Amino acid sequence: MTNATLKQLSQQLAAGEVSSVELATHYLDRIEALNPQLNAFITVDRVRTLADAAAADAARVAGQAGLLTGVPMVHKDIFCQQGWKTSCGSKMLDNFISPYSAHVVEQCNAAGLVTLGRANMDEFAMGSSNENSFYGAVKNPWDLNAIPGGSSGGSAAAVAARLTPVATATDTGGSIRQPASHCGVTGIKPTYGVVSRYGMVAYASSLDQGGPIAQTAEDCALMLNVMAGFDERDSTSLERAREDYTRELNQPLAGLRVGLPREYFADGLDADVAKVIEDAVAELKKQGAQVVDISLPNTELSIPAYYVIAPAEASTNLSRFDGVRYGHRAADYKDLVDMYEKTRAEGFGAEVKRRILVGSYVLSHGYYDAYYLKAQKIRRLIANDFNAAFEQCDVILGPVAPTAAFNIGEKSGDPVQMYLSDIYTLSVNLAGLPGMSVPAGFDRRGRPVGLQIIGNYFGEAKMLNVAHQFQLATDWHTRAPAL
Amino acid sequence: MKWEVVIGLEVHVQLNTATKIFSGTSTAFGAEPNTQASAVELAFPGVLPVMNKAVVEKAIRLGLALGSKINQKNVFARKNYFYPDLPKGYQISQMELPIVEGGVLPILVGEEEKLVKLTRAHMEEDAGKSLHEDFSGMTGIDLNRAGTPLLEVVSEPDMRSPEEAVAYARALHSLVMWLGICDGNMQEGSFRVDANVSVRPFGQQEYGTRREIKNLNSFRFLEQAIKYEIQWQIDTLEDGGRVEQATVLFDPDSGETRMMRSKEDAHDYRYFPDPDLLPVRIADEQIERIRSEMPELPAAMKARFVEAFGVSSYDAALLTGSRATAEYFEAVAQASGQGKLAANWVNGEIAARLNRDGKDISACPIAAERLTGLIQRIADNTLSSKLAKQVFDALWDSELSADAIIERDGLKQVSDVGAIEKMVEEAIAASPKAVEEYRAGKEKALNALAGQVMKASKGKANPAQVQDILKQKLA
Repeated sequence: MTNATLKQLSQQLAAGEVSSVELATHYLDRIEALNPQLNAFITVDRVRTLADAAAADAARVAGQAGLLTGVPMVHKDIFCQQGWKTSCGSKMLDNFISPYSAHVVEQCNAAGLVTLGRANMDEFAMGSSNENSFYGAVKNPWDLNAIPGGSSGGSAAAVAARLTPVATATDTGGSIRQPASHCGVTGIKPTYGVVSRYGMVAYASSLDQGGPIAQTAEDCALMLNVMAGFDERDSTSLERAREDYTRELNQPLAGLRVGLPREYFADGLDADVAKVIEDAVAELKKQGAQVVDISLPNTELSIPAYYVIAPAEASTNLSRFDGVRYGHRAADYKDLVDMYEKTRAEGFGAEVKRRILVGSYVLSHGYYDAYYLKAQKIRRLIANDFNAAFEQCDVILGPVAPTAAFNIGEKSGDPVQMYLSDIYTLSVNLAGLPGMSVPAGFDRRGRPVGLQIIGNYFGEAKMLNVAHQFQLATDWHTRAPAL
Repeated sequence: MKWEVVIGLEVHVQLNTATKIFSGTSTAFGAEPNTQASAVELAFPGVLPVMNKAVVEKAIRLGLALGSKINQKNVFARKNYFYPDLPKGYQISQMELPIVEGGVLPILVGEEEKLVKLTRAHMEEDAGKSLHEDFSGMTGIDLNRAGTPLLEVVSEPDMRSPEEAVAYARALHSLVMWLGICDGNMQEGSFRVDANVSVRPFGQQEYGTRREIKNLNSFRFLEQAIKYEIQWQIDTLEDGGRVEQATVLFDPDSGETRMMRSKEDAHDYRYFPDPDLLPVRIADEQIERIRSEMPELPAAMKARFVEAFGVSSYDAALLTGSRATAEYFEAVAQASGQGKLAANWVNGEIAARLNRDGKDISACPIAAERLTGLIQRIADNTLSSKLAKQVFDALWDSELSADAIIERDGLKQVSDVGAIEKMVEEAIAASPKAVEEYRAGKEKALNALAGQVMKASKGKANPAQVQDILKQKLA
C-alpha cells in the first residue's frame, strides 16, 4: 500500500480490496510516525479525515463513486479549504480558518478525494528551500540535512516519503518543479490559466499556477483532470473545453523533436546534474526522439525580471493582511498606523518583508518605468524566445535546478544565491508555459535530480506522455527514500 | 486686485447596477452593516475580482451622451494605500486608458449657455465606510458600500464661479439620471462632488495653486464650500500669504473648509495594472448597439422643442432639465397642440407648486392629461387666465378633470356679446367721471370701467371682449 500510486489505489478501491477508511488510516499513521522528522504538514485532522473517508466509502456502497472517490490526498496550505486552517505558512494566518474553499479544493472534493492534511510551505509561497515557513523548515526525506525545495516543499516531501499518493502544489517561479526535482517525485505546472486561482492565496497573480505533485506522470494526468477547468470566478481562467490529460499517454515518441537550450547547459550547472539530464535525453533518443539544439538567449534576464515582477505583485497582494478583518493583529498598539506596523512586523517573516519592500520600491513613483515596465518588456522577450524555439521542437528538456538539493542553512543567509538557483524555472512562469519535473537520477550524494520538460501552451498532454514513456523505461520514480 | 476664480470638478457617480463592480453581491442601500459584503468585499485570502459588464455599459452610455471618445481597451489598475475601510489595501481603478475621454457638457448659467469640457471618466470601486461615532475609542467598519461601482467624472478647470460649478454639477446630475445610470440620490452618496478651486489675478495665464474640497454631497454645500474657499484663498493671498496645494474638507456646521492633508502627506499610490483582471475590450458593435438604445438626449430634445412647439430656448432648457419633466411637457404640448401655453404652465405653476411641496415631477398630482384639459379650455377662451388659476388649484387638490371643475364651479367665461354689452352700459351709466376722463384722453380710465364690468360678471366676462365693447360704446 505504501508505494502504491494514485491509479493503483483507485483500482484497489474499485475492486473492494481496500476501503477509504483503511487507506486514510494507513496514511494518517504514517504521517504520525514520520512527520515529526520531516515537518511536511502544518495541519492534520484525523477525525475529520476519517469522517470524510467514511463518507467516501458510503458513496461507493451507494454506487456513487467516481474514479478517485476515497483516494487520500494532501493540499498545500495555500489553497483555502472551508473549515481548515489555511495559514499559507505564515504567522499572519496562523488563526485563519477559511470560510470558503478554493476552486481546486471544490473540484477535489467533488471527485471524492479525501484530505489527509495541509502541507507545509514557504511563507506565502516565497522561497526555494522551504526554510521560510513560520512552522519551521521541511526536511528532505532523502537526506534530513537537505532542503526539500520550495515553496511546495511539504507537498513534495509528503509524496516522496509516501505520506500521501498525491498533493496539490503551486508554482510561481518553480515552486512545483524544483521541490519535485529535489524530492524525486513528479510534478506539473500547467499553462497559466488552466487551473483556477480562485481561493489560492495570491503571491504573484500573473505567475501563480496550481498543479499536482505525485509519483508518476500518469497520476499527475489523473489529478490534472480533477484540478483543471474554467472557473468564472477567476478572470484569468481560460475558457476552454475540458480535456483529458491522459489522452496522449502511450503514444510512441518516434519523431518527437526535443529541444535542448544551450543556455541551460552552460556554466553553473553541476556536473552530476548535467550527467543525469544527458542520460535522460539519451533514453528518449533511444525511443526515437530527435534532439534539436535551440537557444533561449534571454534566460539570464529571467532572474532580475522575475524578482521585480513577483515582488511588485506580492507587495500589493499582501496588503490585505492588515490585522483589521482576520488573521494576526498585534496585541498592543496606540493608533491605526501603529496597529498596521506592529501587526505586519510581527505577522510576516523576513523573506516576505524583503519582497514587500522590493516590490513597493519598484512600483514607486519615479522607479516604475525603470523597473516594473522594463521587467514586463523582458517578459515579452522571454516569451518570444520560447515561441521561436517551439518552431523547431515539440518539447524542451533541461535541468530543473543547477544542483540537487542543498543543505538546510546553506543559502539562507544569502538571498541572491538562493534566487540564482531558480534560473531554469523562472522563465517558464514569465512566459506562462507549462513545465514539469520528472525523476531522472541522483547526484553523488544520493540526492534526487529531476528532468525538466517544458511544453508549448496547452501542451500538457504531450509533456505528460513524454514523462510517461520515460517512466515506462526507467525506475527512478519508483525509488523511495529509506525512512 | 481683481481675482479670477478657476474651478474643476471631480464627481463620483455611483452606477445603479444590481450587483457590485467585481462580485455578485447586491448593491442595495441601507442594509445592516456588513451584510452586503461577501468574501470578495472582505478581501479574504485567495478571492478574485470579476468585472461586472453592466458597469461598462453604463459608462459607455455617459461617454456617448457627452460626445466623448470611448476607449476600446480598458485597463484596471491598483491604487495602493492602507485604510481600514479599503479591505484589499488597494482600490481597483483606472489610471491610463480610462473608458471615457474628452467630451462636453452644456450648462445653463442664468439665461446663458456655456460648454464645459470633460477630461475623462473612469470606472472604479467604492470603499467601505469608517464609522467613528458610536464606538468610543474605536472605529467601526461597514463594508456594504465596498465594491459599489463608481464612475469618476473629471472636468477641465473650465468653471469661473461657484454658480457655474453648481450649474455643471446639476447638469451632470440630471444627465446621469436622464441616462438611467445613477439614482442621483445625493443624501445616500450616489453623487459626490470634489471641487478643485484656485484663484489668479485677472489676466494671468498660469493657474493659481489649487486646493481640493472633498466629498460634497449637496449642491448647497458645493456652493457654500466654494464660496468660502475662494474668499479664504483671496484673503490669504491679499494678506501676503501663499496658498499651498492641499486637500480640504467642508464643515457644513461652521461653513468653513479645513485642511485634511497637505501635498507633503500625499500618497504614492504605486499604481500598476491589476494582474487579476484582463483588459476589458469594447467592440465597435457594442458601442453601436448602446448608441442605438440611447434615449433622446437633452440637447437634441431642447432643439426639437424650440422647433416643434415654438417655445423659447430658455424655456426649452428648463423643460429638458430632467427627462421626466421633458416627457411630461411633451405629452401636454402634443395633446393640447399648445406648446407655448404648455411650457408656461409646466415651467410656471407646476414647477412652483412642486417646489413648494418638495415633490418631483414624477409625483405631480396633475397628470399630463388633466393639465392638457385645462390648457384646452384656456386656448378656446372658455377660461380667462384668472379662472384658469382657480381651476388649476382645484386640479391640484382633486382628481377631477378641468371640464368637470368648470362645470361644478360654474367658471365658464362669459363671451355672449349681448350680456357683456348690458354690463358695459350699466358701468358707463354708473361712472360718468371715468367716462369723462377717458374721453379727455386718459386711457387708464378705461381700466376702471373694465374692472367694474369684470366685477359685475364675477370675473367670468371675457376680458378682451369687455375692452372691445367698452371702446365701441365710448367712441
